[in-house]
Amino acid sequence: MDFLKKWVLDVQEFVLLSGRAIANVFRRPLYVDDIIVQMDLIGVGSLPIVLMTGFFSGAVMALQMSRALAQYGQVERTGQVVAITLVRELGPVLTALMVAGRNSSGMASEIGSMKVTEQIDAMRALGTDPIKKLVTPRVVATATVLPLLTIIADFTGMIGGFVISYYLLNLTPLQYWTSVWQSLEYNDVGQGLIKPFMFAFAISLVGCFYGLRTTGGTQGVGRATTQAVVVASVLVFFLTFFITKIFVGSVT
Amino acid sequence: MARENGTPPLRFERVSVNFPGVDALREVSFEVPAGETRIFFGAAGAGKTIALKVALGLVRPDSGSVFVFGEDITKLKEQDLFEIRSRVGMLFQESALFDSLTIEENVAYPLVNQKAIHCPPEEVAQRVREALEFVELGHTLEKFPSELSGGMRRRAAIARAVVTNPPLILYDSPTAGLDPVTAHTIVALIMKQRDLRRTTTIMVTHRYQNGNLLANYRFDAATGTVVPAKGVAETASRTKFLGFREGQLVFEGTQAELDASTDNYVRKFVKHNG
Ligand SMILES: Nc1ncnc2c1ncn2[C@@H]1O[C@H](COP(=O)(O)OP(=O)(O)O)[C@@H](O)[C@H]1O
Ligand SMILES: [Mg+2]
Repeated sequence: MDFLKKWVLDVQEFVLLSGRAIANVFRRPLYVDDIIVQMDLIGVGSLPIVLMTGFFSGAVMALQMSRALAQYGQVERTGQVVAITLVRELGPVLTALMVAGRNSSGMASEIGSMKVTEQIDAMRALGTDPIKKLVTPRVVATATVLPLLTIIADFTGMIGGFVISYYLLNLTPLQYWTSVWQSLEYNDVGQGLIKPFMFAFAISLVGCFYGLRTTGGTQGVGRATTQAVVVASVLVFFLTFFITKIFVGSVT
Repeated sequence: MARENGTPPLRFERVSVNFPGVDALREVSFEVPAGETRIFFGAAGAGKTIALKVALGLVRPDSGSVFVFGEDITKLKEQDLFEIRSRVGMLFQESALFDSLTIEENVAYPLVNQKAIHCPPEEVAQRVREALEFVELGHTLEKFPSELSGGMRRRAAIARAVVTNPPLILYDSPTAGLDPVTAHTIVALIMKQRDLRRTTTIMVTHRYQNGNLLANYRFDAATGTVVPAKGVAETASRTKFLGFREGQLVFEGTQAELDASTDNYVRKFVKHNG
């Protein structure tokens, strides 16, 4: 019972933080410098890892699916399968997981260290709202950058699929790219962009939430970091399920 | 606003703070008249830091009232607290300088960010330099906090606390973890601020020595040194010691009363440092 009560209180606290962080987007001052620093940290910093995961997930999809498709003599449709799975699901989710691993943890540990060394208190004492100064810029930056990273991951994934199709499956470039192009509908692109946008809120808010509630010195910072990554990752899967459900529901 | 003479800068009225499992403050009441000095002492976890944070509105009491310059801050919203906070300086226990900012940016922070402090942008650099020179750290402008020693960080944090010249300053364990010589320098700085700017001062410390210094000495502007206060009795009566134990205020009195106390808990803080 106590466990349940604590859980409800935590969720309530999280919702409150989210509300205030988002409301601050529309209030002066907006810390533009901090937003740019965060965009650089999340966007440029995550680029190599996003390129790698994107490329290889596309390549692996092509390899796996070509076997299944071969049974029906439909190998030339590999591009279609790769494109749809990447744009709808793998691109957004894998990118979000990478960014959750790098940045939810980064936010939790950075803000957590500030919390345990009283820098958060000092901020409040010296005239700034830590939510506005720390949380809002991270949310804005993540929400801007994650969709872009996802597009990049989708595209490198398609290239990964192409490399396999061309060299191992002996498809022509025209065959592959035509099937990619023809398979994608607005609906796919829509959910492919809404997902990273929603994931961005989950990833950044969870990271900041665990950072701000850190207690118990350096040990506490470690705990906050781990919790942030775990919760952010689970939330990504949870959200992708519901968004997919809504989109699939609306199509059929 | 309410700043006429006679309004004490800080007054606690039956203030309680309850965390799950621990009562950090229990019905604490005291008053600090303008220009006076208070020394908070007590074991670790007794509630000294929490008392300071309540005074700044960083922690909201579960019951009781806190008057800062006559205004009950327990009724204020976070946004409205910023005005009050700009009139109260605070030195945090571990300095709490911002890691990502240089010393210059750290000291400039309250000037730039506190809306109630109307400091023209072109004056910021000058005031920062003055504050850093006040704590004899004029050469560290471009350094980051991690590049300074513990004592220097403490001094930089004092510069940040005094740069806006607030009429009330709270110092949380300013000498904790420092060697005796550096500790003396720090207390001398606190005294300098108190005596040159007539700042109402609260200092948390576990060293009897520090309290003794603030109670019986004053900063002499002419020579720039710490000298015995002339009307010692008068100065001493303007300095009181407040003892905390498990969230309760168990002692309040002058140094003479502290020395004469027979309470075992209180005596520990007198004897240890003799
Ligand atoms: N944020 C918090 N959550 C829960 N308990 C706290 C919190 N801050 C302080 N406490 C507890 O309140 C008590 C008083 O702490 P504090 O004022 O920091 O003591 P000290 O006199 O050493 O400065 C301690 O028991 C501490 O564990
Ligand atoms: Mg303390």
